[in-house]
Amino acid sequence: MSGVADTATAAPRPAARPTRPGGHRQLAGTATLLRFALRRDRVLIPVWVAVNSLMVLSMPNTLKSLYGTAAQRADLMHQMAANSSLRALVGPVFDDSVGALTAWRVGVYAGALAAVTSLLVVVRHTRDEEESGRQEMVASGMVGRRASLTAALLAAAVANAALALLVTAGLAGQGTAGALAFGLGLGAVGMVFATMAAIVAQLTESARLARGLTAGVLGAAFVLRAAGDSATNAGAGGGSSVLTWLSPLGWLENLRAFAGERWWVLALFAAAILLQGAAAYLLAGRRDVGMSFLPTRPGPAAGRLTGAGALAWRLQRGSVLGWSIGFFLAGVVYGGLTDGAADLVKGNEKAREIFERMGGHSALADTFLASMIGMLGLVAALYVVASVLRLHGEETSGRAEPVLANPVARLRWAGGHLAIAFGGSVLLMLLAGLGFIVGYGAKAGPILGACLAQLPAVWVVGGLAVLLYGLAPRAATAAWGVAGAVLLIGWVGPALDVPQLVLDLSPFGHLPKLPGGEMAWGPVLTLTGLAAALVAGGLVGLRRRDMTT
Amino acid sequence: MTTANPAIEVSGLHKSFGKTHALDGLDLHVETGEVHGFLGPNGSGKSTTIRVLLGLLRADSGVARILGRDPWADAVEAHRRIAYVPGDVTLWRNLSGGEVIDLYGRLRGGLDPRRRTELVERFEFDPTKKGRTYSKGNRQKVALIAAFASDVDLLILDEPTSGLDPLMEEVFRRCVEEERDRGRTVLLSSHLLSEVEQLCDRVSIIRNGRTVESGSLGDLRHLTRTSVSAELAGPPNGLAGLPGVHDLDIQGHRVRLQVDTDKLDAVLRSLSEVGVRSLTSTPPTLEELFLRHYQDEPDAPDEPDAPDDPGGASGASEQSGAAR
Repeated sequence: MSGVADTATAAPRPAARPTRPGGHRQLAGTATLLRFALRRDRVLIPVWVAVNSLMVLSMPNTLKSLYGTAAQRADLMHQMAANSSLRALVGPVFDDSVGALTAWRVGVYAGALAAVTSLLVVVRHTRDEEESGRQEMVASGMVGRRASLTAALLAAAVANAALALLVTAGLAGQGTAGALAFGLGLGAVGMVFATMAAIVAQLTESARLARGLTAGVLGAAFVLRAAGDSATNAGAGGGSSVLTWLSPLGWLENLRAFAGERWWVLALFAAAILLQGAAAYLLAGRRDVGMSFLPTRPGPAAGRLTGAGALAWRLQRGSVLGWSIGFFLAGVVYGGLTDGAADLVKGNEKAREIFERMGGHSALADTFLASMIGMLGLVAALYVVASVLRLHGEETSGRAEPVLANPVARLRWAGGHLAIAFGGSVLLMLLAGLGFIVGYGAKAGPILGACLAQLPAVWVVGGLAVLLYGLAPRAATAAWGVAGAVLLIGWVGPALDVPQLVLDLSPFGHLPKLPGGEMAWGPVLTLTGLAAALVAGGLVGLRRRDMTT
Repeated sequence: MTTANPAIEVSGLHKSFGKTHALDGLDLHVETGEVHGFLGPNGSGKSTTIRVLLGLLRADSGVARILGRDPWADAVEAHRRIAYVPGDVTLWRNLSGGEVIDLYGRLRGGLDPRRRTELVERFEFDPTKKGRTYSKGNRQKVALIAAFASDVDLLILDEPTSGLDPLMEEVFRRCVEEERDRGRTVLLSSHLLSEVEQLCDRVSIIRNGRTVESGSLGDLRHLTRTSVSAELAGPPNGLAGLPGVHDLDIQGHRVRLQVDTDKLDAVLRSLSEVGVRSLTSTPPTLEELFLRHYQDEPDAPDEPDAPDDPGGASGASEQSGAAR
């Protein structure tokens, strides 16, 4: 009967491991998993692709309505290209055709959006699945060790190919070659970050961290390109700075769509995608399912969390830290660009008009500061929605249930997270203000005031999230839609000549234009009151409704 | 008694996570066609072993074969013939239970649709609800139905009945018996000893990443103690000197004792010499067997490759203790 013990003593421990690192048939099951991933993403991918391509495809008409004649467009190009701060924000202009101006105006941002879409899709189908434990069951089927990663990358490729196709088709009227180059470039930026996310997903044990780190790389790519473009004017002949070449977003502009396309840049994209993909594959094939290359540190043996509020802070402190660093740095960067941008606006009617259309109304540095602070306010709305929806995540994952089974009132539990959401938004805007002061070096009081003046609008968006969560928990994630709409209205609405009625829908449209404008207490107080009412409504709903799973 | 084609053959398996040695020379031998119980305290390495067998983890050293294949290198081919049920099934929030059952089936190379329908009925499962609305037991049913409806040779069940109600546990038991009748092999990791006792042909007990006991239930009972209580015609005589006797309690003509089952014979002879009025003898339950291994102090660390038979070794040390 002791066959087992006999084998153990008889068989020496073999030193040799299987020679193939990943085993046979590593891609088995990919087709099934890809269909499955696309079914899960049947709403997300189409929405992202539609928003991104609309942003790109609406630009030619906007440009035509603002700068109707070729002379006006040439004028715009010369003004824009000469200014280092504007180059930092949007990149250099290579030509004054409508197509080239479109690629210039939206390229960096459409590329960044494609990158965000791609990294979310990839992490969602790789690390998220492992973290939840679902991957264990999937991998017990006839699924190759690299099949899940392949399916995730293919799903991202489908999204990026659709974007490339729509952009190419939609811009073909401006020039087929340029449209093709720009479409391919956008899709390629997406795939560079898809494969980057694929690597990071092998390194971290948490999907949230994988998303955060990849987004950090994207932020670094943005800053590198901005720094490089502000230092050199590639549009006026001469090449881009090394810094620009370090950033995939810089490659996109160096494709020079609609301005004598440089097709070889596509080879650079292809090389990066292949290299990063190969690295991710190498890691994925050698790794235990559910494990990561970056080990998680063990936590303390005894806990010091004193209550629901402390728990909420413990859960959210990492992301608050990340957002804080980002806001401060953004403030420093944009503050530092302010003087240069102001030089441009000085004595130039066209440029002034552009800035006014970007949302400001007075002059010079103040106008620039106001539009940048306004932009950060919009981004802060994303933070507040993410933070409020932590409540939703805690509830639906079942983690809230045992907490609430203790003598912890629902409102107290929710209050902890909401304090971090709303208090955190104050912290972010303060840090952004400090960054602006550091970067700009003057006007401390007005800048801080302007940053804080964004808050009522941020809170209204957060309040809507609370209301949705409290009254209709199934629809809570629609708060992302609200934040996205507000962002879209604030970002491109003014440039698109959207009717005032629509612009008024965004709480940010009612804020006073600070610094430089008149402080208007009326709308600020009204918005604050509205936000408080929304939060209260949401909390009443939360107290009355059933908890969901 | 190794057959030509064991379903699972593991020897000297080691796996560490950082400083934690999850598996420390584990052995496991599962014959084709048997239901094999896999027992051990929490954290003893059961799930780690199963995840190595599924090719989810890569062993640091040691031999593992599953259906004659290397579980890491030949994972995909091996999985064609394997169905797995984890102890904690997580579903996708927006997919229905039926969708997930079919997905798992497809990933394994197909389900028997008739069997699927029949199992959905027997487990009283509503396959149209979305993943987020299922209770623990119902999530478990998703994996169970997918596993039992698959055409496979080996089922690996890791605490599969957690969350099931007693009626459903009964359905589960019948399903396992049917699988055995069809000649399939089952590796059942469970803490429900009655379930193991009822279903399993053989069991392996592991502790701290090593196998401490393996064999049929009869074999294992043999290694443990039987309780005997008797009323005798006269005062008992010489019982304390017999090998393998423990917890001896003599009250006049009444005797209670525990005896190593393989030493029972000598005790009965000694009792009948005095004359027996009444006698009850209770065989050890699996639970006693189990508790003995769970509660023992961990063995002193042996050489990993040293021959070891902890069951016999610990039995011997207890005997010498009792003899003193």
